[in-house]
Amino acid sequence: MLKFYEKEFAYCTLYTFSVYGHYLLQTLLHIFEKIACMNNILVTKDVTKRFGEHTALKKVSIEIPKNSIYGLLGPNGAGKTTLIRIINQITFPDEGEVFFDGQPLQSHHIAMIGYLPEERGLYKSMKVGEQALYLAQLKGLSKSEAKQRLKYWFDRLDIGDWWNKKIQELSKGMAQKIQFIVTVLHEPKLLIFDEPFSGFDPINANIIKDEILQLKEKGASIIFSTHRMESVEELCDHIALIHQSEKILDGKLSEIKKAYKSNIFEVGLEVEKGETLLKDLQEKFQITSSAYDPIEKQLDFKLQLPSSDSSGVLAYLSGKANINQFIETIPSANEIFIRTVQTKDAYE
Amino acid sequence: MSKLPLIIKREYLAKVRNKSFVIMTFLSPILMVGMVVLIAYLTKLNDNEKRIISVLNESNYFKADFITDESTAYVNFENISLDAAKDSTANLGYSGLLHIPGDGDLEMIAERSYFYSKKAANTSVISTIENIFQEQLRQQKLKKMGVSSHDFAQIADRFEIRTSTFAGEENLKGINELKAAVGGAFGYLIMMFIIIYGGFVMRSVIEEKTSRIIEVIISSVKPFQLMLGKIIGTSLAGITQFAIWIVSASLLSLVAFAVFGIDPDTLNQGAEMTSVMGGNMEGSVPSPSRAMEYVQEIWRLPWLMLIIFFLVYFILGYLIYSSIYAAIGAAVDNETDTQQFIFPIILPLMLAIYVGFFSVFNNPHGPIAVGFSLFPLTSPIVMLMRLPGGIGEGGVPIWQLLTSIALLIATFIGIVWLAAKIYRIGILMYGKKPSYKELFKWLRY
Repeated sequence: MLKFYEKEFAYCTLYTFSVYGHYLLQTLLHIFEKIACMNNILVTKDVTKRFGEHTALKKVSIEIPKNSIYGLLGPNGAGKTTLIRIINQITFPDEGEVFFDGQPLQSHHIAMIGYLPEERGLYKSMKVGEQALYLAQLKGLSKSEAKQRLKYWFDRLDIGDWWNKKIQELSKGMAQKIQFIVTVLHEPKLLIFDEPFSGFDPINANIIKDEILQLKEKGASIIFSTHRMESVEELCDHIALIHQSEKILDGKLSEIKKAYKSNIFEVGLEVEKGETLLKDLQEKFQITSSAYDPIEKQLDFKLQLPSSDSSGVLAYLSGKANINQFIETIPSANEIFIRTVQTKDAYE
Repeated sequence: MSKLPLIIKREYLAKVRNKSFVIMTFLSPILMVGMVVLIAYLTKLNDNEKRIISVLNESNYFKADFITDESTAYVNFENISLDAAKDSTANLGYSGLLHIPGDGDLEMIAERSYFYSKKAANTSVISTIENIFQEQLRQQKLKKMGVSSHDFAQIADRFEIRTSTFAGEENLKGINELKAAVGGAFGYLIMMFIIIYGGFVMRSVIEEKTSRIIEVIISSVKPFQLMLGKIIGTSLAGITQFAIWIVSASLLSLVAFAVFGIDPDTLNQGAEMTSVMGGNMEGSVPSPSRAMEYVQEIWRLPWLMLIIFFLVYFILGYLIYSSIYAAIGAAVDNETDTQQFIFPIILPLMLAIYVGFFSVFNNPHGPIAVGFSLFPLTSPIVMLMRLPGGIGEGGVPIWQLLTSIALLIATFIGIVWLAAKIYRIGILMYGKKPSYKELFKWLRY
């Protein structure tokens, strides 16, 4: 009897799994996806946008982790602004989905996003304070709340006495400061800065850069779109590269850099007979841009290794000379940008 | 969301605080009233000068016909020669000398009478004198025919056919024109409002584009909300301006007329004068009782119905046109590019006004009037010109009214939808000079 039941039970289980296994798997996947989304403030899935015959975005999927600075890079006209406008619900994708904080993007999410567009400006004949209040209220802040926060920010950026000035009386850099405040005032979860430093002098650009880092520290996630690679290097944790409407590269900046390493080492040696050593080395390794200074007894060269394992070379070199310098060259974001875009173009 | 009121408030305040708007609002009534007062004052000044005319009457007629009145005084010369009379007229600074020779019968005398003056004679003086002569000649002829002046007065009665609808409602002659004029005033008001404030909406959109604030705003609100808020805010500013104009103009004119001591009738007299010159003196000036009838007739117009339909047509018509203006503003980068798009908008408005004035005034229910009052781009103006005639029998058939409003609403929804689409795409397009082809492409994005 018992055996029969056991058999029956086993059949049942098998049957259940075979029928419902598919659904179970899907549910599990869905849960994983949810968890993945939870860690990301914003996820786009195969987002496609066409303008007439022109395709502005082709199946772009990105994941923007919470509390990070995400660099959105790409040449002019690649589709960055279109993607940003889709995130801001200014335009809508033809295909694909966008999730904000795990939920499908909806109009009420607007209040949780702060956007500093590349093409930006303010009402010229409106007073600074009034204008900032208006824009803050459009983002859903109450008037008194907005006033209080504006006062804080105006003091912070040292512009308290501009309240009753008209925008047309301010310089471009001054207006940019107001614009920055208006973008961050409603303490959005996601901030989108499109070329934030244009129009700022170096001193003020630095102030704004520090403010952006502060905002990240306070928990905001930031999308940062720019051509200025040195600021990408300084600020971004993650990057995505968009070229000709397609995402061609994304990930953690440090990992991308690792992946883009070409195993080139810059070596500096102190050695008596530099020429002979160099000849010796040239037979064994791939050496470029070598130079020997006989007076200083200094031999410099670049070394190309087949893999990133450099311990063998180091052991060999340390027996022959004093090693002054042995550095792996890590590509800059700029180099990665140019290389990826060029390979992509050459490939096509 | 409570964003629409915020936008409306900002657009309203931005418009109302604008310096040129403030100046226009307060200067226009002053200019307008000033103009009217100036004209009235000058007319009065012109007429105030009392003319003195010397009469050298050597005949036995016209002894009691030249009677001094408000504007003209007659001085009789007697027993002097014509030359002496001319001299003394000139010396005394009189306006002119009327010479009536002594010999012959009335007709011969009239034939040989002359009016001498220093400059070319004033037309109103001439016509007064001519009237006196005509009257005398007529009396003379009647006497010859044996008709007494009393009998003549009896037969001189004017005749006017009385008109009535089948329902037995009596009409006054010309009341159709009068009614159409009331509707025309409404229609004209709508046209002016659309052209002025539609232009404001357009300029405000262009300003947002050139100042590059547009993308900041539409990352917070939907483009359609912004467009609607802009249209409503601007029209509220417009209504404020119109209200200020009407109130201040009427106050100012009251004050002005009181201060300058001008009787508003002066202007009416001026109007009458022109009709006198036109020659049909008796025909066009209604007798006081008749004028009262007209006033009563106008008073009897279905004002409540008119105002309700004025509001319906005004709101729908204004929304249609101003959303087109907003779309144009969004499509271009600066105002100079707007010309090619504005002309097609003004065209139906002008057509409506002219068709209204020439066709509807004559025949409020003719085929042209019906057609244009159904066509949605002209119906707000043309239908309002027809409506004072009433609704139903004898007036605008109910089906026409309903069709017209239904078409207007359908067009309103369609046009606002299209305009919002163009607006949504256009506000983010820079540096492209749009063509109609381009706009059509945007509609499919």
